[in-house]
Amino acid sequence: MRRYFGRKLLIYAVTFFVAVTVDWVIPRFMPGDPVQTMLARASLRPEASRALQAYYSGVFGLDVPVWRQYLNFWSALAHGDLGVSIWLFPQPVTGVILRAIPYTVALLVPAILLSWWAGNKFGAYAARRRWLDNTVLPVGYVLTATPYMWLGILLAWALGSVAGLFPIAGGYSFDVEPTWTLGFAGNLLRHWFLPFTSLFLVGFGGWAIGMRNLIIYELEADYAHYLEALGAPRRLVRRYAFRNALLPQLTGLALQLGVLVAGALVTEIVFSYPGLGYLILQAINNQDFFLIQGAFLFIIVGVLAANFLVDVAYVLVDPRTRTGMRGGG
Amino acid sequence: MSVSDAEELAAATPAAAAATPATLATARAGREALYFARRNRKLLVGLAVVLVFLAVALVGPLLTDHGPNEYVGPPAQRPSARWWFGTTMFGQDVFAQFAHGLRATFLVGLLGGGLAAAIGMLIGFAAGYRGGAVDEALNMLTNVVLVVPTLAVLLVIATYLRVRGVVPEAVFIGLFSWPWVARAIRAQTFSLRSRDFVDLARLSGAGGARIVLREIAPNMSSYLCMTFILLFGGAVLTAATLDFIGLGPTDGISLGLMMNNAVLWSALPLGMWWWFVPPGLGITMIVGSLYIMNVGLDEVFNPKLRKL
Amino acid sequence: MSAVTLRVDNLKVWYRTLRGDVQALDGVSFGVGDGELVGLAGESGCGKSTLGKSLIGLDASMRHVGGTVELDGKELPIGDPARMSGFRFKEVSIIPQYAMSAMNPTRRIGRMVAELLESRGVRSAGVHDELLRRLALVGLDAEVLDRYPIELSGGMKQRMVMVISTLLNPSLLVADEITSALDVSTQKAVAEALVDFRDRDYVKSTIIITHDLSLVYQIADSIIVMYAGKLAEKAPTDTLVAAPRHPYTRMLLAALPEVGVRHDTRRLEGIPGSPPSLLDPPPGCRFRDRCPLAFAKCAEQPPFTEVAPDHLVACWKAS
Repeated sequence: MRRYFGRKLLIYAVTFFVAVTVDWVIPRFMPGDPVQTMLARASLRPEASRALQAYYSGVFGLDVPVWRQYLNFWSALAHGDLGVSIWLFPQPVTGVILRAIPYTVALLVPAILLSWWAGNKFGAYAARRRWLDNTVLPVGYVLTATPYMWLGILLAWALGSVAGLFPIAGGYSFDVEPTWTLGFAGNLLRHWFLPFTSLFLVGFGGWAIGMRNLIIYELEADYAHYLEALGAPRRLVRRYAFRNALLPQLTGLALQLGVLVAGALVTEIVFSYPGLGYLILQAINNQDFFLIQGAFLFIIVGVLAANFLVDVAYVLVDPRTRTGMRGGG
Repeated sequence: MSVSDAEELAAATPAAAAATPATLATARAGREALYFARRNRKLLVGLAVVLVFLAVALVGPLLTDHGPNEYVGPPAQRPSARWWFGTTMFGQDVFAQFAHGLRATFLVGLLGGGLAAAIGMLIGFAAGYRGGAVDEALNMLTNVVLVVPTLAVLLVIATYLRVRGVVPEAVFIGLFSWPWVARAIRAQTFSLRSRDFVDLARLSGAGGARIVLREIAPNMSSYLCMTFILLFGGAVLTAATLDFIGLGPTDGISLGLMMNNAVLWSALPLGMWWWFVPPGLGITMIVGSLYIMNVGLDEVFNPKLRKL
Repeated sequence: MSAVTLRVDNLKVWYRTLRGDVQALDGVSFGVGDGELVGLAGESGCGKSTLGKSLIGLDASMRHVGGTVELDGKELPIGDPARMSGFRFKEVSIIPQYAMSAMNPTRRIGRMVAELLESRGVRSAGVHDELLRRLALVGLDAEVLDRYPIELSGGMKQRMVMVISTLLNPSLLVADEITSALDVSTQKAVAEALVDFRDRDYVKSTIIITHDLSLVYQIADSIIVMYAGKLAEKAPTDTLVAAPRHPYTRMLLAALPEVGVRHDTRRLEGIPGSPPSLLDPPPGCRFRDRCPLAFAKCAEQPPFTEVAPDHLVACWKAS
């Protein structure tokens, strides 16, 4: 088990290293003086422009050798300093992002967990009944083929605009002050519901389909046939098959994390939900490169952490990893 | 002698064509596959839908005499006989945008999916066949690219590029979508390379690349085909996401960009459904049909799944 | 004559395929006595595995076309999986061909056995001591119950499955090609275990399905030879080997190498040709095309008749 985690952590460390390097390298390899280009594109007040230029010359520092610049970047990173936002000058990037993160997490975590759990249960159930299977299959494929933002748009339009059941913009109503009251919590929930549902549905379709296919495969396995030959009831066979099918689904979850995060980002954009996605959109529109780079690093760290959590979960679900046996890594 | 070699020999000497059992076997397998393919509803329906959209993509722009982004009509018009899909907030023809956008979609899917397939196959076969240090190195590479969320990287890259086109977008997508393919191909190659027919080929002096191309890959041809379809669909979805954020091609139009514009210019509260429903519907139908086609193909190639 | 455990009467089981019905078992009749070890031999595709599977209960692709199976005087509802499941494991049990992969890879073996027993309404605690005794009998350590299947060797898995399948003392045990994937010394151990189970009354009667005549010769009381969906010959082992009556049996035995006989004194003879397709089998004796003794009457299917006590043959020339 130590080898298992050791290998995983190594991969994550290398990935983080590569990601940070990429983040640092890209602006430097674009043609022209990166700082000037950036500042020229953003229309800033003269004093802001001068201050920024001085600041970033200190950090990027053309007078300092390249390797020094690289190390400075790392040390700034270690201090949690991701620079200053161009668009929201003089707010530090880290602060801006940290304000948006809770909204994104509030969307992502329940959506991922619930859609995975519910999708797996439902897919296993659908594999049992022919008529259900025939209707679920095409619906599931269509759901999983739906671009996240389009489902968001549809829900916003149908349930928000047309039916007026839910609001379609913001994290909470614009005319309400954030307070620790039940009323405000309700307001938050109402704004949260549509984006969450959108994320949930697309994910749900994918997991249901995946589990359905895996269960069918597992039910054809030799151990299932043997149990049936010894007269074991269907529910025992199904229980074993489900447990075994969860393993590749868990691996699949790790693989899908990037896609799920991307889905959350675009869903936020549709609903102007004040999370990381909406922030990125505004950063792009306002040419705030430092904010974008900071967001990139946050996403990377978040995805790596989530991957690690899935690895832990895998060890808990697959008893063989604990004994050091891996059949079919 | 591999199956494909037997086929070549049979083709060259028509008299011997009927004699070789190997040729009969492949011919039978091919005919059998075709027989099932023609009868598989999922495959036929999926393929039909994709072809319909392809037709619209190819023919549609020819039906309009104006560019997709030109201001040709009164703004915010509902669909009518004149404007099949209505007009945008600025008076652009939504149908023209849709048809041109479909072109971009298919192009991105083909290029991006194809590139990802090529890279994945290259790395997967190399790692699976060679093993050892090569495998370890490629594994690390695969794992790193796998963990990094595609969108995040494309975010940073695309932000710094002032001018972006469909082809670079497809290339970027292709460069980051291959890891799962490489892994799967590596696993299958591992199990295949210890089989007898590979040993035979090696004994007869065939080199590594030749063995992979002539012996191993044809055994996985159905899987490779299905993989490409999945990559195609994935590329289409990723491109739509990128375009929606505003990091898509800077000229022309795409389905994702249409949705971006629609949301940006308040199509939602104004109820201009004809602006945002068609692009998303197009993507959903194309990708969904591809997935269903894939299921059908799986049934065709895998005898255990065929229903009697 | 001693009591009969199993009586099969004119059993017909066909497989549904896209190209039509494969008549895998076409009117098979025989009996297995109490405590008897019967070897069921034949080449691939002759229907022996189908017969084995039919006794346990048909799966979805098989069709019960006719005939009956009686176990201990009761008819087995082989065409009805729901009713058949009551008999499985307790009265009729099988050691499958795929014993190597027959156990759930993600469950410890002991836990899987306990859950299996509980699901069949048997208290696993009550059987535990007996389980340990039998493990010792086949040479497995008790701690194997704490292991995962992947930690066991092929031979160990085979023996484990043998123990599991016979745990509830079934009346009839079907052993389907259980030695095919093993090395020679493990084959011997497994074959001896089968005899041991019978001697200790763990199992009443056993049918050993195999294509390896030389193995089954050593432990079976009688041997049935099958060809193309029909029985060719059934006789006590010594009689069958010393004085076979059916031409197919004779040629099968002649194809076996004999210790001490050299290649230059006597060559091995195979049987030229191949069995007929069972999709649309030819009328008459199915061995006709490959039989050196075939004559005009062979166009009519010979009945499986008794030519000597306990010796049945389906051949015009033999009776």
